[in-house]
Amino acid sequence: MKKSPLDHLLDWSGRILLTLILGFVLLPFIVVLIASFNDSAILSFPPKSWSLRWYANAIEYRDFGKGLVNSLKIAAIGATFAMIAGAGFAYVLNRYEFSLKTLLNSILMSPLIIPNFTIGLGLLILSTAASLPRSIWLVIGVHVIIVLPFVVRSVYVSLQNFERRYEQAAESLGAAPLRVLLTITLPLLVPGLVSGALFAVILSFNEFTASLFVVNQRTQTFPVAMYNYVREYADPTLAAVSVIYVIVVAALLLVVHKFFRLEKVLNVE
Amino acid sequence: MSNENSPSVPPNTPQHPAVQIDGVGKSFAGTVALEPVWLKIRQGEFLTLLGPSGCGKTTLLNLIAGFLEADSGELFINKDLVTQVPPHQREIGIVFQNYALFPHMTVAQNVGYGLRTRRVSKEETAERVREALALVKLEDFADRKPNQLSGGQQQRVALARALVIRPKVLLLDEPFSALDRNLRTAMQVELKEIQTRLGLTTVFVTHDQSEALSMSDRIAVMSRGQIRQIGSPTDIYDRPQNQFVSTFVGDANLFTATLVERSETTARLTIGETALQLEPYQTDLPDPGPVTLFARPEQCRLTQAGQPGTIPATVALTVYQGSYAEVHLDCAAADNRVMQRVPANEAPSRGTTVGIALPTQGPAIYSLNGEAQ
Ligand SMILES: Nc1ncnc2c1ncn2[C@@H]1O[C@H](COP(=O)(O)OP(=O)(O)OP(=O)(O)O)[C@@H](O)[C@H]1O
Ligand SMILES: [Mg+2]
Repeated sequence: MKKSPLDHLLDWSGRILLTLILGFVLLPFIVVLIASFNDSAILSFPPKSWSLRWYANAIEYRDFGKGLVNSLKIAAIGATFAMIAGAGFAYVLNRYEFSLKTLLNSILMSPLIIPNFTIGLGLLILSTAASLPRSIWLVIGVHVIIVLPFVVRSVYVSLQNFERRYEQAAESLGAAPLRVLLTITLPLLVPGLVSGALFAVILSFNEFTASLFVVNQRTQTFPVAMYNYVREYADPTLAAVSVIYVIVVAALLLVVHKFFRLEKVLNVE
Repeated sequence: MSNENSPSVPPNTPQHPAVQIDGVGKSFAGTVALEPVWLKIRQGEFLTLLGPSGCGKTTLLNLIAGFLEADSGELFINKDLVTQVPPHQREIGIVFQNYALFPHMTVAQNVGYGLRTRRVSKEETAERVREALALVKLEDFADRKPNQLSGGQQQRVALARALVIRPKVLLLDEPFSALDRNLRTAMQVELKEIQTRLGLTTVFVTHDQSEALSMSDRIAVMSRGQIRQIGSPTDIYDRPQNQFVSTFVGDANLFTATLVERSETTARLTIGETALQLEPYQTDLPDPGPVTLFARPEQCRLTQAGQPGTIPATVALTVYQGSYAEVHLDCAAADNRVMQRVPANEAPSRGTTVGIALPTQGPAIYSLNGEAQ
């Protein structure tokens, strides 16, 4: 079919619009990327001379290293707990009818309404009152509460889309309920579980507000370490850290994509 | 009912029913999906549940399989009470419309699944999987994943997977409705052959009447959660017991008539100006008064207009169908158009007035409030 001039116009304006939107979304990162190579010790833009010294500084700065290790530990342990609890809750919510179902659902979703600083503050007061040590487990607890709703949602949605006929077929073939769960339901839910875990890890790794209340010098997370850094210095080290961060997360997503296909995990198929 | 000695029942099979359903019913949140049903399915019988969408076919099948819990009644499989038995202990084979093959397993793993749950040895599993795949002519596809198969092949794998466990009863819920017409016909023949060879008690759900008529030993016609008639395909087609069955299976010509007088075997009635005396097959005729008269198109004949004893009608439309033509007629004594098939070269043209001659034996008389659906 031949295209009319109007079609061409729409075609081109569409492309331009798309480019503009994409540029808008990527703009902050592009600015930061350029700033990270600035040789000057103040965050001026655009840079006049170029250098890689802020990357070196970012890697050498001790608190970043410690914060990174803490954050990875917290994200890994917290996401594991959140996954186990969240998948369990999602299964119960999806499969069983009981009188307090709406209540349980609301409680599980309440961290979406309660701001992160309230959660952090609440646990800080609680831990002081109970004179708990300000250990890393306190930070993990805060993170579990914050990521749990996202995990529950993500697993719940995959359970909702799950074809019950698979389980019925397995049952008719003689599989007892536990066997159905282990050989049919869980393997087929893997994409949903991976997406839940991915959300949990990324949210936990990015979490700042609530962590600020419950960390100390020893347990400070990566974002808190970055915050403490800008309070003292205004050089482009943080720009370098941001670039490293984006590269690491992109690499993580690539790995997930290689094993599970991202479209499936993110439910955009 | 006829068909007492169904040809597909092998000799020496036990005499008790394969499945006995005693007053099993089911409601969902107050709406009745299935009224209490009583039904005995014979050993080796091919029973079809036929009915329009939403009439409760799948509900009845799910109750037999144990996926739903009955509100009332008892269910027996081979004399064993199974009402409370969970599905994985009922030893029932089931095939769904969308196949439900496990997507993360190969064809061989799918077919072998029911054997592994039964702790059958590796060697025997491999042997029986091979046999089952041979039965459905898919020996060469053992290592494929389900998404590498066509719809027909997937459905054959689903059938093999259900058969390999040697089920007491095979249940199929509209298994072929996702397939195109040629493939569907081929699969019908294949299933019927396998079922007859194995002497397998089968409950088959469909809303396709020709599928039901061609495959079944008996058909249970359902509507609104009830079985409206159960009998052999000829019972259902030639002797429908109510207006719903007469219109749902096959083509029906229905006339508005007045029943004047009835005796044991004969009925006198008037259709418009025409007076008729008929011998219906029914045992229970309605009371004299307004009634609906039913006859199949192939029982009626078109005649010259004005012949005595015929019902006047006007040709509204003729539809050429190749080997024959369908003549649609406007008739004062019928609510809907009357349809007749004639040889294509004898089709009268539009506007011609004709007479419709009814058979004296065979038509049925239903009371007027006999519902349509
Ligand atoms: N889980 C359920 N919850 C509520 N209502 C249901 C449920 N399952 C079935 N029904 C209702 O019960 C009735 C019978 O449903 P069923 O699935 O048995 O029909 P069907 O004869 O199999 O129809 P179809 O040919 O469309 O598959 C329908 O009115 C349906 O809406
Ligand atoms: Mg159905």
